[in-house]
Amino acid sequence: MNPADSKKLDGLEKIQGRAQFTDDLTRPGMLHGAFHRSPHAHARILRIDVTAALAMHGVKAVLIGTDLPIAYGVLPVAQDEHALALDTVRFVGEEVAAVAATTREAALAAARAIVVEYEVLPAVLSVEDALAETAPIVHNERRKKTNILRKVRREYGEVDEGLERCEVVLEDTYYYPGSTHVPLETHTSLAEPDGHGRVVLHTSTQIPHHLHIALARVLQARLQDIRVIKPHVGAGYGGKSDPFATEICAAALALRTGRPVKFILDREEVFYAHRGRHPAHMRIKLGATSDGTLTTCDFSAHSPGGAYASYGVVTAYYFGVFLPLPYRLENLRFETSRLYTNHPPCGPKRGHGAIQPRFALEVQVDRLAEALGQRPDIFRLGNLAPPMSETCNGLRITSSAMGTCIEEATQASGFAGKHNQLPHGHGVGLATSAYMCGAAHPIHANALPQSSVCVSADRSGRVAIFSGTADIGQGSNHMLASLVSRTLGIPLRDCTVLEADTDLTPVDLGAYSSRVTFMAGNAALEASNKLCAVLLEAASTKLAMESEALVFQDGRIASATDPDCSLAFSEAIALAEQTHGTLTFTGSYTPPRIGSRFKRESVGPSPAYSFTAQVAEVEVDTQTGFVHVKRIWCAHDCGKAIHPGIVEGQIEGSVYMGVGEALLEEQSFHPSGLHRSPSILEYKIPTIHETPEIISILVEEGDPEGPLGAKEVGEGPQLPTVPAIANAIYDACGIRLTEAPFTPERVLKALEKLEKTG
Amino acid sequence: MNKPLSSTPSLLEFEVNGEPVQLLASPQDSLLDCLRDQLGLTGSKHGCDVGDCGACTVLLDGTPQLSCITLALEAKGTHLTTVEGLSQESTPHPVQAAFDEKVAAQCGYCTPGFVVALASLFETNPSATPEDVRRCLGSNICRCTGYTKIIEAAELARRRLQGLDT
Repeated sequence: MNPADSKKLDGLEKIQGRAQFTDDLTRPGMLHGAFHRSPHAHARILRIDVTAALAMHGVKAVLIGTDLPIAYGVLPVAQDEHALALDTVRFVGEEVAAVAATTREAALAAARAIVVEYEVLPAVLSVEDALAETAPIVHNERRKKTNILRKVRREYGEVDEGLERCEVVLEDTYYYPGSTHVPLETHTSLAEPDGHGRVVLHTSTQIPHHLHIALARVLQARLQDIRVIKPHVGAGYGGKSDPFATEICAAALALRTGRPVKFILDREEVFYAHRGRHPAHMRIKLGATSDGTLTTCDFSAHSPGGAYASYGVVTAYYFGVFLPLPYRLENLRFETSRLYTNHPPCGPKRGHGAIQPRFALEVQVDRLAEALGQRPDIFRLGNLAPPMSETCNGLRITSSAMGTCIEEATQASGFAGKHNQLPHGHGVGLATSAYMCGAAHPIHANALPQSSVCVSADRSGRVAIFSGTADIGQGSNHMLASLVSRTLGIPLRDCTVLEADTDLTPVDLGAYSSRVTFMAGNAALEASNKLCAVLLEAASTKLAMESEALVFQDGRIASATDPDCSLAFSEAIALAEQTHGTLTFTGSYTPPRIGSRFKRESVGPSPAYSFTAQVAEVEVDTQTGFVHVKRIWCAHDCGKAIHPGIVEGQIEGSVYMGVGEALLEEQSFHPSGLHRSPSILEYKIPTIHETPEIISILVEEGDPEGPLGAKEVGEGPQLPTVPAIANAIYDACGIRLTEAPFTPERVLKALEKLEKTG
Repeated sequence: MNKPLSSTPSLLEFEVNGEPVQLLASPQDSLLDCLRDQLGLTGSKHGCDVGDCGACTVLLDGTPQLSCITLALEAKGTHLTTVEGLSQESTPHPVQAAFDEKVAAQCGYCTPGFVVALASLFETNPSATPEDVRRCLGSNICRCTGYTKIIEAAELARRRLQGLDT
């Protein structure tokens, strides 16, 4: 790689403070928005009085729920939200009214001056509450008078018979807590009317396209009258993958007042916007035959998922569908549910729906290995599904370097020499996982491409890449520029990426499900290959050489054997333009038709899966119960790394987030439904002092369908972190922790129990 | 009745990134809001507004300060440096160059705060040790990188500034 191309495309502008995030944008005459929020977990709205607020200095408009009566939701099957509560509030902190005023202070003061009369209703705050026969119903407007958003029950193979044939069957319950993303940039939106009835929304989102659709629905506007632009985003981790009240209210208030309106949530409000990790109450029964073959899994998971659906229907499926990976399971049964409760709504957080079951599964695999007298790595290696195979629930595995990942991670960490051999209080643990590279079936069922990219070559030699996807810091713009510049043999700095602007860029579904590299990457390759073809044709004519004998390199199209025989890239563009007109080409990506062996199975299939193995080394202070994670080795099968530094960064960030969830993070609530810790000080996240040394190992065996062989890296590496740490704690001091996070209280309690029972 | 917020602006004179600046600031204005809204210096960010995250870090007379919990009027008569003042576009500060080389910025929202804090450390303690660097970085939160590349970048900058590395 050219050394200049090893720097991230947008690195320096961020490092120098020049990169523009939504809150850095300002407009003349801009108004500021603020919300009035519910103090109750569940209540009927009897009356809203906004007269005092409207009369206040600087206040230009106030919206309440009935101003935006059309329900929306990111999933077509669950349109259950309103930007402002319509007649019922369903969690503490829910938006009830929105104000636009000349200053933020005036908007906040007016929001406080709004008077709402409520009839307080009993709240649903646990799985038991939600399923009780006399349970209050969170969504009374639904046809089904139940708090079950979605229940999924599936069986593949024969689970009861399979368990009977097993030599060892272990059954346990596990609990994984809810947690939240904490992106440093809070949700921010700036909407401006164009004076002709259109509205332009600049917003910190991962899903410009889905947001575009939701805005048109709620504002009852034509799609072509709404423009969504995503400036730089101060990260998402899944937390900006829904349409938010900030976005809808900014747009509605801009249309109402005819002036630009900006909303920025304060840090406390982000904890109410949430859409974070679903808590999960799990039970797992895992069995292996006497020869050490893992055959059967019986699993259940139930989640008190909060007041609105968000992606919750998908979560219920994700809890179950990835369980067979990366093993050769024959029999799988799962029963999962996502429930409505009166909490801030859960949604997708890095490793969506797969993190919780992976904790239960990988700890259970460790227990099973021990029961069979096998070392955890050997046991796992003996049970892997091979490349080019299919899981018992019909997931198509193409490339898999799972075995290499386990070998690399255990070798680098010296696992064999440490496991079961370190002094008391010190231990190592292993866990593995797999994750998808985008969902094969889109959210809105249709036959359209999931991603399109347009590549346009200018006579100057500059190439513009237009993509609707969302770079949220993960580096997808660099990925696109890198693929195109490599195909065309030009420097990275000669590529401009224009992304995430619904007026200018072709549709991409957005930055979620680890889909961007695989899908937008393939679309970009297709577009640049088409450009290559016409440039080759022009160069071949000019140089009087067969196009097969020509290569793209160093900004020239040259003979592979005689470098003196060449044409400048810009010259080739000019020549091709004489024949073809302006050189603009499009590429698109539609996943292959997969996952049809079982009817109804549209959640889980992906064009490829990444694989990860991790070893954690911990030190447990058995006096204080404090767990110190010293080091984590992560070997990740990313297919091929388009940019090794950025890939490592994704691994490091994933492992970091896993360490937070393993040791510190928990979204918890008072019995009233009030959030216990809605600030960065109270909701503990790791600083540099709690973060272990992270050793990334890139395993690059390539994927046959990935762009230049690449697969995902943004989410998969978080999956094994929590169980690897749990297994290391067991190795250190003999306690099996089945509830995260592994706080000193939990460690001490388990140690006490161990001492009593021996 | 809700009274309008009482605030009589007063004149604030200070030096920002080497330039003398005069502006009107109200008693309740934060230094961060003043920099962003009045001077257009948007490199310093709102992350928490209560001093928890470090994304708003600036240098007040060379000392790192959380501008979100500093009143603008406290900056009277000081020399203030923001991330924008550390470099010109063509010549990034050595800390910035190291961040660029090590790919230490992902979303980039926390990055200016880290860069400013490190630049100050190396300025005030030319013989800073790796342990000093870790202690310094403990004041800032990054949610993307796991701090790994930030530590690598800081270490590269430290070694270069101390003449241990080129």
